[in-house]
Amino acid sequence: MLSHTAWIEACGTLVALIPIALLAILGLASLLPKRPSERTVGLLTSSSTVACLLSSLVVLGFMLTSGERHVAIEIGEWVSIPHFNLAVKLVFDRLSVAFVLLTFVLCGVIGSFATQYLHRDKGYFRFFVLFALFQAGMVIASLAGNIEVLFAGWEMVGLSSALLVAYFQDRPAPPRQGLHIWIVYRVSDAALLGAAVAMHHLTGSGDFDHIFGEVPWPNEDSHVTPAQGMFVGSLLLVAAAGKSALIPFSGWLPRAMEGPTPSSAVFYGALSVHLGAYLLLRASPLLDASPLLSGAVVALGLLTAVYAYLAGSVRTDIKSALSFASLVQVGIIVAEIGLGLRYIALVHLLGHACLRTVQFLRAPMLLHDYHTLENALGEHLQPPGGPLGRLLPSRFKLWLYRFGTERGYLDSFLYSFVVTPFVRVFQSFDALEHRWARLLRGNCSTETVRSNEELK
Amino acid sequence: MTHILSIPWLELAFILPLVGSILVWRMRDQSCAWRWGLTLFSVTLLATLLEIVSYGSGTTRVELCWDIQQSMFGQTVFRLDGLNTPLLPAISLFYLLTFLATSGTKLQRFSIPWALFSLSVQLATLTCFDPWTLVLLLLVGVVPPLGVLHGRGKPKRIFLLHMGLFAGLLTLGWYFVDQPETTENYPWAIVVLLLALLVRCGVLPAHGWLTDLFDSSSFGNALLTITPLTGVCAIIRLVIPIAPDWVLQSIGVISLITAFYAAGMATVQKDARRFFTFVFLSHASLVLVGMELATSISVTGSLHLWLSFILSLGGFGLTLRALEARVGRLSLTRFHGLYDHSPALAVSFLLTGLASVGFPGTAGFVALELLVDGAIQANPWVGVGIIVTAALNGIAVLRAYFLLFTGARHPATIPLGITIRERIAFVTLSVLLIGAGLVPQPFVASRYRSAKSVLEQRQQLVPSKTEVPVHSL
Repeated sequence: MLSHTAWIEACGTLVALIPIALLAILGLASLLPKRPSERTVGLLTSSSTVACLLSSLVVLGFMLTSGERHVAIEIGEWVSIPHFNLAVKLVFDRLSVAFVLLTFVLCGVIGSFATQYLHRDKGYFRFFVLFALFQAGMVIASLAGNIEVLFAGWEMVGLSSALLVAYFQDRPAPPRQGLHIWIVYRVSDAALLGAAVAMHHLTGSGDFDHIFGEVPWPNEDSHVTPAQGMFVGSLLLVAAAGKSALIPFSGWLPRAMEGPTPSSAVFYGALSVHLGAYLLLRASPLLDASPLLSGAVVALGLLTAVYAYLAGSVRTDIKSALSFASLVQVGIIVAEIGLGLRYIALVHLLGHACLRTVQFLRAPMLLHDYHTLENALGEHLQPPGGPLGRLLPSRFKLWLYRFGTERGYLDSFLYSFVVTPFVRVFQSFDALEHRWARLLRGNCSTETVRSNEELK
Repeated sequence: MTHILSIPWLELAFILPLVGSILVWRMRDQSCAWRWGLTLFSVTLLATLLEIVSYGSGTTRVELCWDIQQSMFGQTVFRLDGLNTPLLPAISLFYLLTFLATSGTKLQRFSIPWALFSLSVQLATLTCFDPWTLVLLLLVGVVPPLGVLHGRGKPKRIFLLHMGLFAGLLTLGWYFVDQPETTENYPWAIVVLLLALLVRCGVLPAHGWLTDLFDSSSFGNALLTITPLTGVCAIIRLVIPIAPDWVLQSIGVISLITAFYAAGMATVQKDARRFFTFVFLSHASLVLVGMELATSISVTGSLHLWLSFILSLGGFGLTLRALEARVGRLSLTRFHGLYDHSPALAVSFLLTGLASVGFPGTAGFVALELLVDGAIQANPWVGVGIIVTAALNGIAVLRAYFLLFTGARHPATIPLGITIRERIAFVTLSVLLIGAGLVPQPFVASRYRSAKSVLEQRQQLVPSKTEVPVHSL
C-alpha cells in the first residue's frame, strides 16, 4: 500500500512528465515522413490533458486530506559538478496547484475546441505540436521549485506563443507580429536569466525553498537585504512586464491577435498573459523585502491598467478589444500583488482567466450574437458612453482618442529610440564591412553584394 | 574484443581519410567517388569510436611490428585525453552527416578529397600534444579551404591575407615562446601567438576571412572547415597553460565584443550565408570568452558549448545548405514560403538554431547556463554580455526562420521535399541534441574533468593565477 507521500510524488511526477512525453511524441513525429492523423493527434492531446488533470486533482486531494500545504518533489539532479548544481524540483503548494489546475482545465477546453475549429486546416498538426510545447512549458513554469526550471518553462511558453502568432504563415503580417513578440520575449527571458544567476550569487541557490524558506505560500519570508531584493526583483519585474505585456512592452498584445482564436484564448486571454503575474506571486517575498520595489510594481500595474483601458476603448475589432480588456485586469492583478493582496490576486487571476477564455472562444460568433440581440430588441444597439466623456473638454478627448488609437505611442517610442538606432548602427557596420571586403579583394564585389544587387 | 581494441584506431582515423583523399582525387566517376567517400567517412567514425572504447577500457596496445608514431616522431605525439575524447566522434559524425546530406546535384561542387584531407588534419590537430607538430598541423589546415577556393576559381586574396598573417604570427610566436633564454620577450611572444590564433578564430576585426570563405567557397566545405573550432583547441594547448592573467582578460573582452557584434550583425543580415557566418562567429567567440575567464565552471561551460555547438550549429548550417541546394542563394529581404515544401526542414532549422542559442531541452541550454554562471563568478558584466548576446542570437535565428519558411508558398515545378539521406542526417542530429539536452550529466561531468585538467596545467605553469572563489550553488 502506497503512503500519502508516495502517491503525491508519483502523481506529481506524472503531472510534469505527461506533457513532456506528449511534446516528445508530436515533436519527433514532425521529423518523420508520415504524420499522425487528426484523430490521433486530438486523442493524444485530450487524453494526456485529462490524465494530467486527474493526477493533479489526486495531488490536491492528498494535500487537502493530509493537511500538507507545501510538497516538494525532487525529480533528481540534472547536472551536478562541484560548485554547480541544476536540480529538477517541483513544488505543489496553494499557488502552483491552483495555476496548474487552471492550465489543464483551460488547455483541455481549448484543445477540444481547436480539434473542431481547425478541422482539415493544413496547419492542424503544427498547431498541436506548438500547443503541446505550450502546455509543457506552462506546467514546468507553474510547478518549478527553482528558478532554472521556471526559466526552462518560461522559454518554452515564449517560443510556442511567437510561433502560434505566425500560424497563418502564408500572409506576411503574422510572421512579422510573431517576430515582434519574440523580440519582447527575448528581452524578458534575458531579464529572467539575469535574475536567476543574480539569485544564485546573492543567496547561493536558485531554489525557492532555500531563498524563501519551506513555509507554505504565501507566508514565506525572504532572507535577502532590501537592496538585494530590489536588484533581483527589478529583473523579475522586467521579465514579468515582457511576458504579461505591462508598460512599456504592451504593444505586442494586440499584435498577437493575428494567431488563430484558440491560441489567442489560451495565450492572451487565459494563461500566458498571466505568467508574469504568476512570477511576481511566486517571488512575492522579494517584494516584501523591498518597499520601493512593491511601490514600483503597484505603479506599473496601475499605469498598465489605465493605458489598456484607454487603448482598448477605441479598438474596432473584438479580439484587440478583448486583449486590452485582459490587460486592464492583468494590470490590476499586478497592482494587487504589489499591495501584498496575494490571495485576492490569485483568485482574481483564476476568475479572469476563465472569463476571458469564454469571451475569446465566443469572439468569432460576436456578430451573430449582436444580430440575435438586435433582432430581439428590434433596434440597433447603441455604443456605450460614460459620464467622463461628457465632462472632458473636446481637445483632450481628441488627444485621448489619438493616444488610444496609437496604443499610447509605446511601439513608436520603442521603434524610434531602441530598434531603429540599433538596426542603423549594425547596418552601417555591415556596409563598412562590404566596402572593406571590396577593397581587400581589389574592388571585386562579393557574391552577397551581387545577389543583393540582382534583387534590387 | 580486446584484440580489436588493441589496434591503433587513432592513427587509422587520420591515415584512412588521408589515403582515401588521394584515392578519390583520381576518380572521375562521381558515383564511385561518392561510395568511396561514404565508406571512408563511416570507417573513420567507427575508428574514432573504437579508439574511445579502447581509451575508456584502458586496453593496452599489442606490440606492433613498428610503432607509427615512435618511428616518425620518436615519441607519442597524438593521443586521447579528456578534452578531445568526445570531440573526435562528434567531428567525424558531422563530416559523415554533411557528406550524407549533400544532394546529388551539388556533389560536383562539394570537394570530397579536400573534405577527407581536412578531416584527417583536424582529427590530428585535436589529438596532437607536440607544440611544433600542432603548429604545423594548424598551418596545413589552411590548405583544404584554399584548395576548394582555387578549384572553384574564386578570389582568394582575403583568405590568403588573413591566413598569411596567421601563419606568420603563429610561427613567430611559437618560435619565441619556445626559446627558454628569451624570457624578457616572453609576454610579447605569447601575445603574438595569441593574435595568430585569434585571427584563426575570426575574432574582431580579423573576421573578414570567415565571411569571405562562406561567400566564395562551397557551403559544405566551408562548414567543415570552421565547425570543429580547431583554433580553440590550439588556444587551449598552446596559450592557456602559459598566458598571464592580463593577456587572457584582455582577449576575453575582445571575444565578448566579437560575440556581441556578430550577434548584432546577424540580426540585420540580408543574405542567409552571411547571417549564418555571423551566428557562427558569435558562438565561437562565446566559447573563447568562457575559456579566457579561466574558472572551472566557465571553462566547463565553454567546452560543453563547443561540443553542443558542433552538433547544433553544424546541423543549422546543414539545413541552410539543404535549402540553398533547392532554391539557390537565399536572401533575407523577403519571405520565401518554404515551409509547405518541407516541414521537416523547417523543424530541423528551428531545432538546431534554437539549440545553438541554448533553448531548454537541448544540449546548448546547460552549456549556456554553465557559461553564464562561470562568467558571473569572474565578472558580472561579462555574464550580462553573454546573456544579451544569446538573446540577440535567438532573435536572429527566429527572424531567419520566419523569412525563409513563412510567406506565400514558394512556386516550384519540382518537388522540394526533404530527401531520405537528409532526413537521416537531421533526425540523427536532432536525437543527439535533445538526448544531450535531456541527459546532460555524463557530458558535463566529462567536460568538467577536462576543464580541471586544463586549469591545473595552467596553475603549474602560471602559479599567480588563482581561481575566483565560487559559491556553492
